[in-house]
Amino acid sequence: MMAAAKTDSLIERAEFAIETDALTKAFGDLLAVDHLNCRVPYGQIFGLLGPNGAGKSTTIKMLTTLLDPTSGSAKVAGFDIVAAPARVRSSIGYVPQMLSADGALTGEENLMLSAKLYAIPRAERQPRIADALEFMGLTEFGRRLVKTYSGGMIRRLELAQAMLHRPMVLFLDEPTIGLDPVARHTVWDRLRELRQNYGITILITTHDMDEADELCDELALMHRGQIAALGQPAELKAGLGPAATLDDVFARFSGGSIQEGGSYRDIRQTRTTASRLG
Amino acid sequence: MTSARLAPQPAAWVEPNAVAQVWRETFAIANVELRKLFRDPTELFTRAIQPVLWLVVFGQVFSRVRGIPTGNISYLAFMTPGILAQSVLFAAIFYGIAVIWERDLGIVHKLLVSPAKRISLVLGKAVSAGFRGVVQAVIIYLIAAALGIAIRWQPVHIFAVLAGVALGSAIFSTFSLIIACIVKSRERFMGIGQVLTMPLFFASNAIYPIAIMPGWLKVVALVNPLTYLVDALRGQMIVGGESVHGFASDFGIMILIFIVLSAVAARLYPTLLR
Repeated sequence: MMAAAKTDSLIERAEFAIETDALTKAFGDLLAVDHLNCRVPYGQIFGLLGPNGAGKSTTIKMLTTLLDPTSGSAKVAGFDIVAAPARVRSSIGYVPQMLSADGALTGEENLMLSAKLYAIPRAERQPRIADALEFMGLTEFGRRLVKTYSGGMIRRLELAQAMLHRPMVLFLDEPTIGLDPVARHTVWDRLRELRQNYGITILITTHDMDEADELCDELALMHRGQIAALGQPAELKAGLGPAATLDDVFARFSGGSIQEGGSYRDIRQTRTTASRLG
Repeated sequence: MTSARLAPQPAAWVEPNAVAQVWRETFAIANVELRKLFRDPTELFTRAIQPVLWLVVFGQVFSRVRGIPTGNISYLAFMTPGILAQSVLFAAIFYGIAVIWERDLGIVHKLLVSPAKRISLVLGKAVSAGFRGVVQAVIIYLIAAALGIAIRWQPVHIFAVLAGVALGSAIFSTFSLIIACIVKSRERFMGIGQVLTMPLFFASNAIYPIAIMPGWLKVVALVNPLTYLVDALRGQMIVGGESVHGFASDFGIMILIFIVLSAVAARLYPTLLR
């Protein structure tokens, strides 16, 4: 079922949905991303895991064309991020870490803005917006202001926005940070459905070991701008012993617990997210 | 679930017509800005308070001084277009704060990841600032009429004033966007905004003619975009008001300034995230 959906709905334009070749970003002396080589096959949910400052966000910013690499290259959906940024942008959907739907607009208005910016033909806008709202379980809230939404609803609305133009690859930066357990599971369910029914490739960054374990097909553990470990969650755990958890894997490869650290900026961002939810 | 409409669509890439694309994107941005404005129009009304004070208090008192040569019109009539331009400046110059706010909320990330051209994101903001300026102008027309100032009510003059005001708002809001891209934080922006507004206002012909300025100030006034806005408005808004440069040259200079500022802002907009 899944395999069939994969071959039906994807063109074999490039072998991998995401492919990086010695992708590097330096900020002054600091190598935020250091010759990263990474391949994500179509139809996978791929997790970038790592402590703050490991280079996850910088990687995602480069792959979504927000930041130019210092050296190296990357292709997303077959398009080079430096040579063809406009095509990359048309082929991807992106949900930033912050709850970024506009609270002063309704759900439908947020979606309509995306529909226009992504050049969805006029006649298709309304039906696609209705579909996306239905898929995310937001149909009855479409005309309400987003500031009345719960955090989980905002997240689902943002997924709807990111899906509207039928992207090949979805990028999600800490998709469930600050959400309560129920909302978190709803978001995971939707992401699994998107992958299963439509073969969409999803790259997420996360701090959350449960999320990495339950949701991701494959994980890349980043440490100091490089991939310290790569594999399926089960493989990674098995490599350390029968009772190992992802936390153990994390500690083994990054020399510390995921709970530690966190720059001021990250904390502030999390707080901003939390207070918008409150 | 139910629909195939969410399935990926890697389909043929159609190279869009750039002008049509910018038009669509600009008005998509302006559309949501205006919806937000109409939903909460308090800002428009609170912004009317300052010009009322300038005209009713400052203007009334200074009309009695008679020390400022204003040709054959009263000082109050002379300064009315200046106060309109000032209120346009003061409203638009803090526009960048909203953009920094949007950056902190992740809205700018989302816009920049979309295939929209950067210039559209800049122009969308400018169009919406222009609209706010026009509302501002309507309010000041009403105040001026209430104060008994002789206004040129012919539609062509009113249209010229509104066009000038919209363009002036676009200029100062885009300038503000550029500052936002450079300073990137609300605190620093507030400081710079405060420092900029008064010099721009006083180094212009808003409340006194350039002719009576000392030489160095005349030079400053001539490179100040506000001067051209005031000059354009003065010739069109008030009966007997005279434009030094003429409306066409004022408008042309403002368009040039706006083109340069938009190009710079479109280049800088992506750096807002760094």
